[in-house]
Amino acid sequence: MSQPTDQPTDQRRRDFLAGAGAAAATVVAPGVFLNSVASAAPRDTAVTDDVRYGMLIDTAKCADGCSDCVTACEKENGLDQLLKPEGASDEIWDMQRPRWIREVKLRNNLTGRVTSLPMMCQHCEHPPCVDVCPTGASFRRADGIVMVDRHTCIGCRYCMMACPYNARSFIHENVRFKITAAPRGKGCVESCNLCVQRRDNGGTTTACQDACQQGAIVFGDLKDPNSAVSQAMARYPTVQIRADLKLNTGVRYTDV
Amino acid sequence: MKKIHYREWGIESPRYWGLLAVLAAIVAVGGFATLYMEHEGHWVTGMTNQIVWGTPHVFAIFLIVAASGALNVASIGSVFGQKMYKPLARLSALMAITLLAGGLIVLVLDLGQPSRLIVAMTTYNFKSIFAWNIYLYVGFLAIVVVYLFTMMERKANEYSHGVGVFAFVWRLALTTGTGSIFGFLVARQGYDAAIMAPMFIIMSFAYGLALYLLVLMFTFNTDERPLGDLVLRRLKNLLGVFVAAIFYFTVVYHLTNLYGTENHAFEAFILRDGGVYTWTFWIGWVLLGMLAPMGILFHPALGMQRGAITIAALLVVLGGLSAIYVIVIGGQAFPLNMFPDHTIIESGYYDGVNGLARHYSPSLPEFLLGLGGFALALLATFIGVRLLQFLPASLADEVADPHHAK
Repeated sequence: MSQPTDQPTDQRRRDFLAGAGAAAATVVAPGVFLNSVASAAPRDTAVTDDVRYGMLIDTAKCADGCSDCVTACEKENGLDQLLKPEGASDEIWDMQRPRWIREVKLRNNLTGRVTSLPMMCQHCEHPPCVDVCPTGASFRRADGIVMVDRHTCIGCRYCMMACPYNARSFIHENVRFKITAAPRGKGCVESCNLCVQRRDNGGTTTACQDACQQGAIVFGDLKDPNSAVSQAMARYPTVQIRADLKLNTGVRYTDV
Repeated sequence: MKKIHYREWGIESPRYWGLLAVLAAIVAVGGFATLYMEHEGHWVTGMTNQIVWGTPHVFAIFLIVAASGALNVASIGSVFGQKMYKPLARLSALMAITLLAGGLIVLVLDLGQPSRLIVAMTTYNFKSIFAWNIYLYVGFLAIVVVYLFTMMERKANEYSHGVGVFAFVWRLALTTGTGSIFGFLVARQGYDAAIMAPMFIIMSFAYGLALYLLVLMFTFNTDERPLGDLVLRRLKNLLGVFVAAIFYFTVVYHLTNLYGTENHAFEAFILRDGGVYTWTFWIGWVLLGMLAPMGILFHPALGMQRGAITIAALLVVLGGLSAIYVIVIGGQAFPLNMFPDHTIIESGYYDGVNGLARHYSPSLPEFLLGLGGFALALLATFIGVRLLQFLPASLADEVADPHHAK
């Protein structure tokens, strides 16, 4: 039996196909477009060791009681999005929530002189956390940034045992909200990565540096003699924290 | 010396199944505790960003260390040719496998991402002693299975000596690896000591033998197998010597630390001011774990009573858990020495303000997971001795003593 040929066009079907096409374009196009934008940015070239990122902290300028760098870091890296799990005690949760940077105040045992400074991952050239990581998830990029590959971190916390600076945090809870720049998940370790998302998108500063009104944090390329950080390091005597371990840290301090 | 016959564990069925049911229930509770911790995240435990390894690690490390030690009884027989230990070898190898399995499962289930075990098995950083340990542990299991085969299959008996030597060397490497987990941590005052590796080896000798003695006496008692005084006296004296060796290493470890001024604060923390860690050290590790068992085992009258030997072995196990607790948790509780000559007076991340120790209180799920590992090791041991011929039919003096028949 032959099909009738003079049937009216099924307009609903056409509408559906048009709608579906538009929806598909809306979903796929940004991916294609953003991908092309991304590959136009420097992140399509491999990181090299032509640069070594690092920091100088001028503790003389670090203001007592100020926590602007901490707040800025938590916002930049989505740490402020983490919620205290229901039923967790405030006291214990405060020891379990992640922190990439913190304020520390010291008193010299002999002289009584008080110093304030921010502590974070010191981005060692020879990082103990990288040495001990069984899977290589804790790694050092060619440009000196020490960070964690969250795809291969098994959550053993050996790196946290090995870090001389207490710089690392374990994600103890389910993550409900996170920002694109700082993906994270329960059961992995993380720490300061010198705002790596800014590095890979051509940024020249870190969030903590931008936030410090005293100008106590200078970030830049330690290999470039003309960079602000190299210039500042040449001007002031600087120290590494736990220099005895000979880790050649990328973060240096003055006046400790 | 008479020919040794082996027989499956003959405990009556109701008692056997009852025992298995109790152990399986403990394993199940440990399993549920794990599911709870993995589902919620580690915030439900007492572990924090400062005390990153907690109670599960204490149990896991104890079991792993004891596993390599349990193999010693077999090694003494096949490597050092002590005939009296030959009939004891099969159970020794079985327990080496089951204790290691129990310890490893606790370690793996406490990972933040246990489902990524496959990553750990396929992606290696060979500078990490952890990565080496994965090979050492898996290799140990494989070698001991082969070793068992050479002991249990008559046609393969001739290889038993060679495989036994290899297994012995491997177990030394394994415990060195476990001790080095701590020995290689340069950042922490309490670790970073080469003595950790040999100390762990000698600890393994004692903890493994204590558990072995307990299982041997229990299995022999329950199906009324003869267990002569000769074998028991040998084993309990050996246990006493091993405990004395731990005592020696403990003294040397702390004396060398006390010599260097840089370690004085850490020593003061463990030996005097550390609160729960100081108590656990003196009462658990030293008094109950070493002095009391040595007193019992070397006592001319007490040392020959089976009840007293059982208590001594239990005390060695308790002392072992205490020792690992002090090493693992006490070592982390002592704050990192980031700023020599300075006192931290304020910190946003628990950096040991005014030298204050970091806080840790063990949680129930952590404890249950650790206990589950213990139960799993025993469960597997009891199933093993019931199904296969691991236990000698008799260890009566005339059977066990190589000179008796002469």
